[in-house]
Amino acid sequence: MIRLRVERRALPSPWASAAAPVLALAAALLAGAVMLAIAGLNPLTAYVDLVSDPFGSVFGWTETIVKTIPLILTGLAVLLPARMRLWNIGAEGQLQCGAIAATWVAVWTPLGHSPVAIPALLLAGMAAGALWCLIPAILRAYLSVNETITTLLMNYIALLLVDYLIYGPWQDPAGRGFPLSAPFPPAAKLPLLIPGTRVHLGLVLALAAVAATAFVLNRTRWGLEIRIIGDNPRAARYAGISLVRNIVLVMGVAGALAGLAGASEVSAIAGRLERGISPGYGYTAILVAWLARLSPLAIVLVALLLGALFVGGDGLQISLGLPIAVVYMLQGLIFFFVLASETLATYRLTARGRSPGRSW
Amino acid sequence: MSVFTIAVLAAAVRAGTPVLFATLGEIFAERAGILNLGVEGMMLVGALAGFVTTVRTGNPWLGVLAAGAAGGALSLIHALLCVTLRANQVASGLALTIFGTGLSASLGRGYIGVPAAGFHPTPLPGLARLPVLGPVLFHQDPLVYLSYLLVPAAWFVLYRTRWGLEIRAVGEQPEAADAMGVDVARVRYACVATGGVLAGIGGTFLSIAYTSMWIENMTAGRGWIAVALVIFATWDPLRAVVGAYLFGGVNALQLNLQAAGTRLPIYLLLMTPYVFTIIVLVFATRETARKRLGAPAALSVPYSRTG
Amino acid sequence: MTPGSPPPRVEMRGITKRFPGVLANDAVDFDVAAGEIHALLGENGAGKSTLMKILYGFYEPDAGEIRLGGVPRRFRSPRDALRHGIGMVFQQFMLVPSLSVAQNVLLSLPGTGWRIDERTAAAQLAAQAVRYGMAIDPAARVWQLSVGEQQRVEILKLLAGGAEVLILDEPTAVLTPQETRDLFATLRRLAAEGRAVVLITHKLAEVTAVADRITVLRHGRRVGTVPAADATARSLARMMVGRETFDHLHRDPVTPGSAAVELADLWAANDRGLPALRGVSLTVRSGEIVGLAGVAGNGQRELGEIVAGLRRPSRGRVWIGGRDRTGASPFEVIQSGVGHIPEDRLGVGVAPRLSVADNLVLKRYREPRFGRGPLLDGAAVAAHARQLIAEFEIQTPSPGTPARALSGGNLQRLILAREISARPRVILAFHPTRGLDISATEAVHRLLLAERRAGAAVLLISEDLDEILLLSDRIAVIFGGALIGVTEAREASVEALGLMMGGQPAP
Repeated sequence: MIRLRVERRALPSPWASAAAPVLALAAALLAGAVMLAIAGLNPLTAYVDLVSDPFGSVFGWTETIVKTIPLILTGLAVLLPARMRLWNIGAEGQLQCGAIAATWVAVWTPLGHSPVAIPALLLAGMAAGALWCLIPAILRAYLSVNETITTLLMNYIALLLVDYLIYGPWQDPAGRGFPLSAPFPPAAKLPLLIPGTRVHLGLVLALAAVAATAFVLNRTRWGLEIRIIGDNPRAARYAGISLVRNIVLVMGVAGALAGLAGASEVSAIAGRLERGISPGYGYTAILVAWLARLSPLAIVLVALLLGALFVGGDGLQISLGLPIAVVYMLQGLIFFFVLASETLATYRLTARGRSPGRSW
Repeated sequence: MSVFTIAVLAAAVRAGTPVLFATLGEIFAERAGILNLGVEGMMLVGALAGFVTTVRTGNPWLGVLAAGAAGGALSLIHALLCVTLRANQVASGLALTIFGTGLSASLGRGYIGVPAAGFHPTPLPGLARLPVLGPVLFHQDPLVYLSYLLVPAAWFVLYRTRWGLEIRAVGEQPEAADAMGVDVARVRYACVATGGVLAGIGGTFLSIAYTSMWIENMTAGRGWIAVALVIFATWDPLRAVVGAYLFGGVNALQLNLQAAGTRLPIYLLLMTPYVFTIIVLVFATRETARKRLGAPAALSVPYSRTG
Repeated sequence: MTPGSPPPRVEMRGITKRFPGVLANDAVDFDVAAGEIHALLGENGAGKSTLMKILYGFYEPDAGEIRLGGVPRRFRSPRDALRHGIGMVFQQFMLVPSLSVAQNVLLSLPGTGWRIDERTAAAQLAAQAVRYGMAIDPAARVWQLSVGEQQRVEILKLLAGGAEVLILDEPTAVLTPQETRDLFATLRRLAAEGRAVVLITHKLAEVTAVADRITVLRHGRRVGTVPAADATARSLARMMVGRETFDHLHRDPVTPGSAAVELADLWAANDRGLPALRGVSLTVRSGEIVGLAGVAGNGQRELGEIVAGLRRPSRGRVWIGGRDRTGASPFEVIQSGVGHIPEDRLGVGVAPRLSVADNLVLKRYREPRFGRGPLLDGAAVAAHARQLIAEFEIQTPSPGTPARALSGGNLQRLILAREISARPRVILAFHPTRGLDISATEAVHRLLLAERRAGAAVLLISEDLDEILLLSDRIAVIFGGALIGVTEAREASVEALGLMMGGQPAP
């Protein structure tokens, strides 16, 4: 009888490490195709649309970039705490809080009409996102409360907060009862980088955030502290590094990045606070950070690919009537296969069976 | 006791039941050392499977079976990744949630607005006449009665059988259990699958008993609340009941307040179960630290013999 | 074997086992007869544990054969081996701490049905314990037991399972000399009843005291098998190491200076909230090595953690360099000039996936020489690493290699390099040579003595009495959280120290 055994390799095999994500992607697409077929759809046409929509036209490309911006920012919001072994599942809620704060500045304060509207609402968004992440951070730092669960529960609270505002006190009086806030004044709308498209200033901010994150992690003392804590928290404590202070700082910065994503989305894309500012960027961000292997520079490419997936999914919604949830199904499959493939890079699958000449 | 209070208590039991199923299931998985954050996804998949089967066959018990099977099947992916392939358990659980949410929403779109012949509250003869306890405990859906049996069964298995001993050993010190001849992988697979089955049943309670309909994301985070309640329950089935019904109570209370036409905004009321769970988690964490009760020592650490 | 005699209880022939990067066993032959105590001797990493884990079914060999009573067998798992009467007591006990003694024993017995009856099991257990002269409470939770008691549980577990072959892996590492004598008496009783006993050890003195035959392994190969009567400590050492060992290091007489570390009436609890230190007072002066001897679990870990700032005392005071540092944080302790060589090298002493260079500045990256403001100067870090690598002879492919790729000895060199190069006025050395081979051990000893000569105050915490006697100027013994005796090293004897470690003050 053949028995499969998983044995650790001496050193992670380099070609396996490189090939693994590619194989994983291929396997995920295959599994996805099977599922689509079961649901009665032609996987081939679906996949062709999935690729041609984001990459087959200039408009597709720009739309992909539009989706990439919040994915980069929320991806960084997951990545930075993850480098310290903290799980920030609350990027979605922090994003929403960023959107809320930006809306407040734009619609409800005189700053919204002033020349400083944009920086003000962006900063407000970052502050709100940071605050939203600081609550779980403080609970974790001082009371050891599991941040995975608390950040996630805060997501639900944030979404309800948005609902409360747009159905209630912030509802647009001219909106005919729809759950929307009043629209942003023109001064408060993020400028476009490429006229004729929706690509906005957020792209510059996102890329700057990537560069800053990479720089901080690799070239600063704080970055070294983060890396030490992430590698071995006990050694960090032994070396006199303050875990409490770093948990709070890192989660605060992470929340600020996610809040920035929310502020830029609501300002540049939606133009007003409403439902569906984010189709779940904060959750996809987990996959983004994981696929990027927690490297800030790699996040750009991964975010682009997953942004393309969203655009393709939108297209499928129109052409084949598929719900956007199919994108999540595919993301889940990709995640599974990537996890499985990572094991194969560090471990080796061996089959043990009887063979003559050996007593074992 | 006023009629209103009794109604709220009964509603608390009803609202707490789906979470109770999921919490019990997750207790088994975590006791064996496997953290499964995919409960939300498994509940949704179970909810859909149960709903669809009930619609197609007209028999809600078949729906329950389908829901358990669906949740169990999904959980096996997690088991494969975490037990055999030793992947990161948090990541795998999150992947499971993302996948389960997406899968259920994708396959379920045709069933929104479709009616189903689900369970109805079935008073137990004789017991339903008891004062206070009668209407609260014995005027419920059949699945609730199932949960009543499940709790002592779980306790018995965990503390009075050999399997329970093996489960606890595997979750605390898999090296020791392995050296004593326990099949660590098999115990973990079994516990994860149990967790999946129970999560699936908990999910379908929402779609064929609590209500009789399918809505996307109808669990609204209950899977996550279950994970938090496992900590509150200190991994013990009996305390899980307290946590689940407390949660149910908060839920029922805010629903009743809404129905009674309170002036508090609906959406703020809807936040209360989540805020409640966070607060519970804070206290539970402090209590486990203070009493030095802990999570199973080997929780979320992959085990390998040569490792 | 003479023809016509019964086959040995256990025979292993040509056993080979490979792990990633290392050949643990290289065509090893080994056998043990019924009624025999056979010692398996060798340095750390010689392959003794691996060989026995193969016999126990934990690993499968890549080549070779096992025979039990002449019949070839293959074991797929420990349960398999147990069923054939082979039992093993590991260095790290295979007990579930949160369960009771009786529950642990029940767990290890196959086929007791799905319902468990704890009371009957407990009674049977107690009876068997008495029969072999071991006292144990079946209802006690394992984490409450002392290490010696836990070891007894392990042995009882195996006997309850009907083990006829007993393998013990370094059983005396955690016992006082008196407990060791008790253990050997138990082993002789078991052997007299016809069981085969294998004793894995690296301690020469014990081997000649209790074994009938001795097999020596070195670097995965069998060097030879000799009857105990024919062996001497020197001949065995030569087989183990391949050369004569040095057992004397040159120690200069040094006049100690002022007190560098003063501990006054320290009380502290351990992680479980139980009292670990009961009023410990100790002084370490600059230019001296104070050795703290004691069996693990008597409070030395908590003492070390307090000095290092990793634990707060509930009562008492700590002075470092004349300044009150009670309750100081690890950061403040480091700033006051304390170097800490931790017990757990890989788990606490380094960040395993970070580079050797980063690990060498683990505590010093805040210094101005390594960067301006928030920035880190990579070139300065690298230069610093190259210098230390050369000075301390750390063998590593490059400064950028991840620390976990280093061998145990080089890891310890890294840690020593880091701690010593900061010119600490106090060095806390916690089991500094555990798991190291002879040359690495000698290097560590030499470095500590050099620091002593340079005026550092060294607190040496170790379970190895030989090491303590070798290095210390003064020796303190800790038992049950209190210091039993503090003596000048030249006046100390192994006997007296052993008694104190077991709790009996010297006469």
